[in-house]
Amino acid sequence: MATLTKTNRRDFLKIAGTTAGGLFIGFNWMSCDSPKMEVLSTEEILGQAKNFNAFLSISPTGDIVIYSPNPELGQNIKTSFPMVVAEELDADWKKVRVLQANLDTDKFERQLTGGSGAMPHSWERLRKAGATAKHLLVAAAAKKWEVSAEELTTSEGVIYHKSSGKKIGYGEVANDAALLTAPEEITLKDKKDFKIIGTPVKNVDNGAIFTGKPLFGLDFYREGMLHAMIQRAPFGMKIKSIDDAAARNVAGVKDVVTFENSVAVVGTSTWPLMKAKKLLKVEYEADGKVESSSDHDQIFKDLLANGKTEVKREDGNVKAAFKNAAQVVTAEYQCPFLSHSPMEPMNFFAHVKENSVELVGPTQTPESARKTAAEVSGIAPENITVEITRLGGGFGRRLRADYVAEAVHVSKMMNAPVKLTWSREDDLTGGAYRPAVRYRFEAALDADGNMTGYKLRGVGMNAGNSTRENNFPAGAVDNVLIENINYESSITTNAWRAPITNFLAYAEQSFLDEVATAAKKDPVEFRLELYEKAKANPVGGELQYNVDRMIAVTKTAAEKSNWGKKSNVKQGISVYFSHRTYVAQVADIEMENGTPTLKKIHVVTDCGMVVNPTGANHQVRGGVVDGMGHAMFGNLTFEGGLPTQTNFDKYRLIRMKEVPEVDTYYLDSGYDPTGLGEPCLPPTGGAIANAIFSATQRRLRSQPFIDQTEFQDINLKIKRA
Amino acid sequence: MALINLKINGKAHSVDVEEDTPLLWVLRDHLGLVGTKYSCGIAQCGACTVHRNGEAMFSCITPAASLTEDEITTIEGLSEDGDHPVQKAWAEVDVAQCGYCQAGQIMNASAFLNKNSAPSMEEIDEAMNKNICRCGTYHKIREAVAMAANSK
Ligand code: FES
Ligand code: FES
Repeated sequence: MATLTKTNRRDFLKIAGTTAGGLFIGFNWMSCDSPKMEVLSTEEILGQAKNFNAFLSISPTGDIVIYSPNPELGQNIKTSFPMVVAEELDADWKKVRVLQANLDTDKFERQLTGGSGAMPHSWERLRKAGATAKHLLVAAAAKKWEVSAEELTTSEGVIYHKSSGKKIGYGEVANDAALLTAPEEITLKDKKDFKIIGTPVKNVDNGAIFTGKPLFGLDFYREGMLHAMIQRAPFGMKIKSIDDAAARNVAGVKDVVTFENSVAVVGTSTWPLMKAKKLLKVEYEADGKVESSSDHDQIFKDLLANGKTEVKREDGNVKAAFKNAAQVVTAEYQCPFLSHSPMEPMNFFAHVKENSVELVGPTQTPESARKTAAEVSGIAPENITVEITRLGGGFGRRLRADYVAEAVHVSKMMNAPVKLTWSREDDLTGGAYRPAVRYRFEAALDADGNMTGYKLRGVGMNAGNSTRENNFPAGAVDNVLIENINYESSITTNAWRAPITNFLAYAEQSFLDEVATAAKKDPVEFRLELYEKAKANPVGGELQYNVDRMIAVTKTAAEKSNWGKKSNVKQGISVYFSHRTYVAQVADIEMENGTPTLKKIHVVTDCGMVVNPTGANHQVRGGVVDGMGHAMFGNLTFEGGLPTQTNFDKYRLIRMKEVPEVDTYYLDSGYDPTGLGEPCLPPTGGAIANAIFSATQRRLRSQPFIDQTEFQDINLKIKRA
Repeated sequence: MALINLKINGKAHSVDVEEDTPLLWVLRDHLGLVGTKYSCGIAQCGACTVHRNGEAMFSCITPAASLTEDEITTIEGLSEDGDHPVQKAWAEVDVAQCGYCQAGQIMNASAFLNKNSAPSMEEIDEAMNKNICRCGTYHKIREAVAMAANSK
């Protein structure tokens, strides 16, 4: 059904012709009430052109430009956002050009990349923007032909009047449309009439990427700019003394400057700085906790046993449930710190001038980049511009503006435009990691193998809340206790793709497998029983997840993977809800000449409607590859406040030969689209570990797998079908 | 400092840099050819892959001064209009996520297919194992290499 929806005029603040002619709509992603549509003169448009960041413009030639506000780091938002606008506009996709918008907090709301939240946030706003523009174009054509707008139809950028056989392109009526007033209400398309949404539309930047055009922050160049690299202190230490004589002697080095706890070498190109940095002699002394991974192992044990806990959730009578249990299952799970390691290392360009700052570079959150620059430079945020480049990956690391602050410091001290570059070693040692966490799970079972009690205690290193207390199985078990302990470490942490759930999902889904085994139940049946219980009688109030969608992905995954029906295939299942999306995965391990061989992962995703199938497949398979890679190999350990793995020779990332087949299925439950950048990662480790258990009876309770003695003699092979 | 003469994408270039400067930084900082990427600097990831006389080479560890006799090709020079069969396959399969690793992937794949025009899937996996893609586009890379091989 087509839906009639309020336009909220503030979303279409300014409509007018451009100098070159054409329709120019500044559609605002904000949703506050505001009175009247303004129509601007050409002069006003020109004068305020910089204000039109959030817009869609249609030129007299019919070319359409759509600005994309959110930073693009591979989640494909720069393609999928404009698809939604173009759909409601009935545009000819071939005539749409997409440009990255700069930071503009007046025009955009939520101009950031994180939390898989962009599409759910903007879905309706984008549709209305396209639909309103179409309405105005049709109205202009109706006026011109002196017919009723109802008699007109649109397709691929052309308006048709069937009975007279007339037709006209959007570009030709764009000027007239600009003089009309936007409607109060607008009809959105029936989803079944979608022509662009739901079709595989290729990445709009493919051409530039595949020919090596300068798109990324590291590619940015400004005449006369200086380069900088920085030596940072180990965690928990501060600078005691600096000897920079040898570094200064390197040809191409201009200066060595110190700020806060950092030493910056500044020069005219990158290579001399890489050499100079190695020649810096900086002595450090303790300034807090100087930690090593061996200390962490002890801290985890002590805190799990005796730490002061914060109760996150308590249902029923947990004590009684465990006292009366026929059987209790207990297990502990641990994960290490991880680096984000996007392929493009951190970098940023800053030019601090007398009363303004210019920033250019890769950031997931341009607004906090600006705020940070304001703090460091003392210049008001309104005088700071942020140009967002394409990001060579982010994974959460570029939500932090530490490297922006560094670029601003150095530019200010050098009184010059500066591009700061982190080496790979800087990237691995520069902090803000996925926190290390250890969990203890306990389950109480009655004589029939029903889970009557569930306890989870998490200890995280700067993890904040290491639990997600309202996630399944909460709601499905009568007696639940979820507790958290946060250890304050000197090692900095940050959101890392699917924060917390990137390991919690693994631990929980593996533990549930242990409980199912103890209860002598099939892992799929065991889960379905719990869902049914949550559905019939949710414990602790309204469920925070949609149990029907959970059931649907689980059943579909069992069906698509032929769960339990292939005698030579050992399987593991894992189901997780995060970032508004439901995902079930089944891993297949085949025994080949006695060797367990990981062949395939089946993935069933319910993210509502799929906007762009090719982009969705990227996120699903990319999430699985990421989840698998880090579960298998990812490990960042510390010695005396310094990471032991400083480059990709020791810090193992997954490679081509280590990737199994991934089969993807989508369940369209009729909901609006949710995000896909994160939710396919959390279930993967659990599906693989559970399949490994099924094949070998070895239970992997820590990551990375390759460091576990239980794993080493299994000789797991990975082979694509 | 030393004057180094290089032949890149069919053009002669002369740069004045320290003799140990890797080709990668000559390309990026001195010649403005930033399509070749830096990621690890220690021959582990393949982001910096270029062709030396048609063979794939890590430009991050190879001093430019050692390449004065060679024909170097970078992603910018792989084809006139981005229409090399490998680039076309990459577009057709829609390989990129963030895209940062892809120039290196394309340069490795194109050199590999020059030597082996009808590779098996195992050979593709083996050849492409040199390049890391942190976004995990491996399935599409594999598909695109196979497509490019078949299109030739
Ligand atoms: S940058 Fe050369 S191999 Fe990684
Ligand atoms: S596409 Fe992002 S690293 Fe390969």
